[in-house]
Amino acid sequence: MTKKIIIAGFILTLAAGMVAAGSSITIKGSDTLVRLGQRWAEEYMKLNQDAVIQVSGGGSGTGIAALLNGSTDVCEASRDMKEKEHKLAEQKGITPYRISVALDGIAVFLHEENAVADLTLAQLKGIYTGSVTNWKEVGGPDQRIILYGRENNSGTYAFFKEHVLDKEDYADHTQTLPGTAAVVNAVAQDKNGIGYGGLAWASGVKFAGVKVDDTSKAVLPSAESVSEGHYPISRDLYWFFNGKPTGELQKLVNWALSEEGQKISEEIGYVPLSRKKAEANMVK
Amino acid sequence: MKRHNFKSKSKLLEWIGEKFIAINALAAVLAIFLIFIFIFKESIPLFTDSEIQEEVTVERMTFKQEWYEGRDAKYSWQPNSEVPKYSLMPLFVGTIKAALIAMLFAVPLGVGAAVYSAEFANRRMREFIKPVIEMLAGIPSVVLGFFSLIVLASFLQSTFGFVFRLNATNAGIALGVAVIPIVFTVAEDAMTTIPQSLRDAALALGATPWQVSLTVVLPAALPGIASGIVLGFGRAIGETMIVLMASGNAAIISGNFADSIRTISATIAAELAEVVFGGAHYSVLFFLGSLLFVFTFLINLGGDYILGRLKERYQGRTL
Amino acid sequence: MNTLTRAAADRTSEKVKKIVEARGTSGGHLPRTITLLAVAIIVAMLAVILGNVILGGYHIISWDFLSSPPENGMEEGGIFPAIFGTVALVLLMTIAVVPVGVMTALYLHEYTRPDSKMTRVIRMAINNLAGVPSIVFGLFGLGFFIGFVGHNMDNMFFSDQGPVWGQPAIIWASLTLAILTLPVVIIATEEALRSIPRELREASLALGATRLQTIRRVVLPQALPGILTGAILAVSRGAGEVAPIMFTGAAYYLPYLPEKLNDQFMELGYHIYVMATQSPDVEKTKPILYGTVLVLLVLTFLLNFTAILLRSRMRSRRVNV
Repeated sequence: MTKKIIIAGFILTLAAGMVAAGSSITIKGSDTLVRLGQRWAEEYMKLNQDAVIQVSGGGSGTGIAALLNGSTDVCEASRDMKEKEHKLAEQKGITPYRISVALDGIAVFLHEENAVADLTLAQLKGIYTGSVTNWKEVGGPDQRIILYGRENNSGTYAFFKEHVLDKEDYADHTQTLPGTAAVVNAVAQDKNGIGYGGLAWASGVKFAGVKVDDTSKAVLPSAESVSEGHYPISRDLYWFFNGKPTGELQKLVNWALSEEGQKISEEIGYVPLSRKKAEANMVK
Repeated sequence: MKRHNFKSKSKLLEWIGEKFIAINALAAVLAIFLIFIFIFKESIPLFTDSEIQEEVTVERMTFKQEWYEGRDAKYSWQPNSEVPKYSLMPLFVGTIKAALIAMLFAVPLGVGAAVYSAEFANRRMREFIKPVIEMLAGIPSVVLGFFSLIVLASFLQSTFGFVFRLNATNAGIALGVAVIPIVFTVAEDAMTTIPQSLRDAALALGATPWQVSLTVVLPAALPGIASGIVLGFGRAIGETMIVLMASGNAAIISGNFADSIRTISATIAAELAEVVFGGAHYSVLFFLGSLLFVFTFLINLGGDYILGRLKERYQGRTL
Repeated sequence: MNTLTRAAADRTSEKVKKIVEARGTSGGHLPRTITLLAVAIIVAMLAVILGNVILGGYHIISWDFLSSPPENGMEEGGIFPAIFGTVALVLLMTIAVVPVGVMTALYLHEYTRPDSKMTRVIRMAINNLAGVPSIVFGLFGLGFFIGFVGHNMDNMFFSDQGPVWGQPAIIWASLTLAILTLPVVIIATEEALRSIPRELREASLALGATRLQTIRRVVLPQALPGILTGAILAVSRGAGEVAPIMFTGAAYYLPYLPEKLNDQFMELGYHIYVMATQSPDVEKTKPILYGTVLVLLVLTFLLNFTAILLRSRMRSRRVNV
């Protein structure tokens, strides 16, 4: 009896191997982008019945690693590829092709009851590198600042580090959480907490207005302030491919950049590209 | 009855059958061997590849490093940085802290319950306690992690006013819950297999039941209890999901048990997805895996050895 | 003669009990109370955890919840794909682990002497396999199955396409779990084999059967409940482990159910992990999260309960023989 089961299993494996080459699209990467990727996949599959798309997160680093390892078709990333990664790609014979598919502002999250309303870039840097440790140093109560951040494979982590921390390291005691949602949840429960993450995720927390320096106006992150370039911590959200996308992949990305696709992105809280930019990014 | 001359054929079949079974029986040995080889294989580049050694060396992983010129030397785990930092010290400290809290929580409860079950409980109580422990053992670790993250952390923070909501104590207590069944089972087993003759002898000499427990049973069962504690510790060191979800994952070295920690297992789980095969970070993670493997191997070896000797002493037979 | 001695022995032990009781309890009631307290705390903890999960999740359990896929970006809908994925995963795992585990136990018990070197080596391997942390299994699954076996399969058969077998897949995840649960099956089967009286085997051999025939026709059928117990315990353990499958095949959002052996799959435990740590709106998805936890717990407990029942029936049967 057991022998029969073993033989059956073996045959199944062989048979599966022959049918294994499927035509599904794999999207992996940024946790900031994953909701958008899922939604786009859902809607696209509704319009194209025989398309099969699977989406998973894990962080921009995960997506890029997957692209370099050859285990994904599309890499979602909330940061650009680093030089080290470009070199590795060359070694592995991958040619990364980058398309900007949406805009994003990295919002700074504060607990709704926090007395502080805005922070300058310099203050943010001080807070997250650990040189500013108490809320009273930035106009708040005499309480220790509890830092919440992302895991080091996150594009958001890397972008924030590069542009706000000027490439310095985060303070050691930053609580590392595995997704922007986790950061939001943590700050929502912690009166003395501060967090950062993609703008599309906040609920239960308030945004801090960000000032470029002491004299400029504080700007709250929103679709307008990001797309008009007023918000100081803005960035592009990318899809990376191996080489210029063709066939189904090309259809998918052009659909995402179309008015329809960009409208969906706006609906769920992301910042759409301007029509001009979107058209320019499409793959001809 | 017909006389078949099937002796030779069945001998062949018999031989094939036995060899087939024997080969399959080596599967466990093969598995351990393969695990050993493949985990270690991927960490070897740390010691041989010069390109990787530009980024990380064993020396840099162990000792305080002056990562930036002019700043204090410190232990830092920041693999994704302009200057990648791979100090293993914060991870070791974090792992030990969580395991210690888990044992502090699990050993009194587990051993206490085992003593009650073996020495005081009547038959009905024993039949009640056993399924309770088995149910506790059956809770998947991801569920314990979930419970710790969502319920326990808030409870602890509002009761004790912790600065960090997700910290070593939070994860440690949930870890303890996972370890209790191991400690209980081994300790209770050790106490109930003490030969009745020993207890009877003590009773005959005039001891009360509690005196028997205290002076005869407990000392005799001590190796077994110790073995249970050791095995539980091994489990606490290697457990992943609970610490991944509930410990804050901050790589700091501090004596405060209400600070966040980052354990070896959680580091591997959190960072493995993002490494490119063959890079320095990849090798370091596999190296961490090797360390974990070796350490739990040794702990389990120790625990089994103690248990084996105990059985030998009282039952006159080896495993 | 026997009955006489029995009655006399009973009377004696009654007398002994009275003498011992008359000595009273030294140390007072303290030891008993403290250890009883330990038991009470443990029971209370179990009750709190179970109660919290049940209260948080029971109101969302419905046929709809169990049979429909997630919708609206995981914020609504059901968890059917996760249930399906978990079942498919443990099914494949069982096919892999039960034959190997049973054969190992047979070899140890029927073919070798307890103190032979081979036995000791195999036992040491089993004990160590049982102690390996689950994340190390995850590393092994990634490094060996995907990185070595799958990668080489691709190079040999599919060198012109992207990765086919050298990527996360349900087959690799189940094989990884099979190695993890191997000790469980072996130990349960051994217990079953030990409970079969030697006389049965000897009788079979005396009648002219070969060892293999004895195993096939006498031992295995008798051991079936124990083997079943082992399989159920393995399934229960495998359904709950997340770390080994995180990198070997589990995914958070898949629009299809796994059909081929190299598909990825959704899984209950992994779903809990991602939802608890990365859900966009924790308040909104909390009911779904609790519901998933409840389903996993119920599944695990049902399996364990069945295994315990089987095992106790097997033990009572042994006494009668």
